[in-house]
Amino acid sequence: MSTEHHIKLPEGSIEKTTTTLNLGPTHPATHGVFQNIVELDGERIVSAEQTVGYIHRAFEKIAERRPLYQITTLTDRLNYCSSPINNMGWHMTVEKLLGLKLPKRVDYLRVIIMELARISDHLICNSVVGVDSGAFTGFLYVMQYRELIYEIYEEICGSRLTTNMGRIGGFERNFSNAAWEKLEKFMAEYPAVLKEFENLFTRNRIFMERTIGAGPISGDRALNYGFTGPNLRAAGVDYDVRVHSPYSSYEDFDFEIPVGSTGDCYDRFLVREGEMWQSMRIIEQAYRKIQDMKGADADVYHADAPEYYLPKKEDVYTKMEALIWHFKIVMGETQIPPGEVYHSVEGGNGELGFYLISDGGRNPYRLHFRRPCFIYYQAYSELTQGAMLSDAIIVMSSLNLIAGEMDA
Amino acid sequence: MAIAIKNYSRATEYNNIMALTNETIKERLIAKFADQLSHFEEPYGLLTFEAPKELNLKVLQFLFDDEELRFRFLTDLTAVHYPGGVGRELAVVYHLHNLVDNIRLRFKVFTSIGQPDVFTATQLYSSANWMERETYDFFGVNFVGHPNLKRILNVDEMDYFPMRKEYPMEDQTRVDKDDAMFGRGDLPAAASTGPVETPRAANEPRTPASGTPGEPGQKQDWPSDTTKIS
Repeated sequence: MSTEHHIKLPEGSIEKTTTTLNLGPTHPATHGVFQNIVELDGERIVSAEQTVGYIHRAFEKIAERRPLYQITTLTDRLNYCSSPINNMGWHMTVEKLLGLKLPKRVDYLRVIIMELARISDHLICNSVVGVDSGAFTGFLYVMQYRELIYEIYEEICGSRLTTNMGRIGGFERNFSNAAWEKLEKFMAEYPAVLKEFENLFTRNRIFMERTIGAGPISGDRALNYGFTGPNLRAAGVDYDVRVHSPYSSYEDFDFEIPVGSTGDCYDRFLVREGEMWQSMRIIEQAYRKIQDMKGADADVYHADAPEYYLPKKEDVYTKMEALIWHFKIVMGETQIPPGEVYHSVEGGNGELGFYLISDGGRNPYRLHFRRPCFIYYQAYSELTQGAMLSDAIIVMSSLNLIAGEMDA
Repeated sequence: MAIAIKNYSRATEYNNIMALTNETIKERLIAKFADQLSHFEEPYGLLTFEAPKELNLKVLQFLFDDEELRFRFLTDLTAVHYPGGVGRELAVVYHLHNLVDNIRLRFKVFTSIGQPDVFTATQLYSSANWMERETYDFFGVNFVGHPNLKRILNVDEMDYFPMRKEYPMEDQTRVDKDDAMFGRGDLPAAASTGPVETPRAANEPRTPASGTPGEPGQKQDWPSDTTKIS
């Protein structure tokens, strides 16, 4: 009988006492396409190595051949749980480069949309933490309110997940009555749902046992690892782009920054919960401010920027100038002024930055996305060192790792 | 374990505490590095300057350690390719943030593409690890001293650096990308120089082999017994 082995084992794999386990790229617990090669001693994690790039789509390269308005669709696909924030962040970057001043109403409309997106992002993250710790119910409770948020998007821009919402200079159309009605419904009903969701989790003994002390990080380490957003605030650092570098008139709103202390999964959960309440506050204030507007201010939904903002279709058919602008914009023939600009917004996961260099051509010379997820995922091996495998899975979901944002 | 709420009554009031200004930072830097730093600019209010690439770590360390400057948060690290600049084709761009005084700056070092060696910032910032790997992956900047400088988003087998400008995006007007390559229409004449077994004229219509399933115009005759099974 032949002694030839057909299965080739790696060198030393029989003698070694640890087990190698692949979490991902298509593991149900990863909630996205990325891989963790975990070295296990029994149930304990000795080391973890992350691999990313499975859905890398070369957005930065593609952006170098696209006119500005076509790049919005690329930003949708970064953090697809809160794509309107990415869209608005991109529009604001361009507006900063062009020096456009937007009417207050546009800013407030954007704030409403961005806070809705933040709620839907945090809602998914927190309910998935629940799913991964064995509590499926909460996920189902909140899902219909994410659905309602998506319906609001639909009323505004026509699509749900990859929204491609708004344009450089404002929105493509004014909010319809249906959009306002749905928003009012959301504002009236959502607080009770969120309260119910919290009742299920926040003081739930099983949930607390599973999440307290899982994947903790100190504020110093979190800063050193480039954490931003809820994950950084859970570690006790009160950095929020909306407060530190206000954009889109965030300085007009009263809100608080929820801050944790230990940076573990439980604090991350609580910070996200707190942020959803704050987002509700911001939405209500913005709604009131818009309702209080009078006269011409009460209808404006875009800035006056003919070189970048598509004219109305009926004008295109009847007015020469509108036709020219329409043609120039659609064919991507507007020159972008040269300049170098960095603009960041508070995305669902933290500071989402756009570094845009224009050399005066029709496309960006270079566009770089600062993706918060990509930067803090490298801390994962430190967060899970010595933890149990089941903790590692909760840490993964409570960091809110979104493969689209990681890989760009 | 409970979360504390930090209350800033208004975001603007908080921002007024900002003590450090671009002028102060510039003065501190010039006092330390004299004329080695150059190209001080403030596009859109963001202090931007340039240093020789040998000094990048010294500048970063100074910005990190200095009790007044305290730039201890690396927001972003990336590179830009300027094929025109001889000896300074690649720019490595750092965006730093002083979270205490809430002020940002941008810092660049230029390197030649022939020898793109730049010191790594991983000793100062753990976050630089993957950002430098990404920059290496796309631009080929060799970060000297990096603990694990290998590709991160692209496949390991890739042997070029795709974000460099010599690799342009596919041109919409190019002619060698033909429908024929995707199984539609005729093969172009140029493509028939390849290993085509039966040579034919470029304009000659393709004759389908008889009985090939799925060809237009041919009705498919399925065996009658398969319909019986269902």
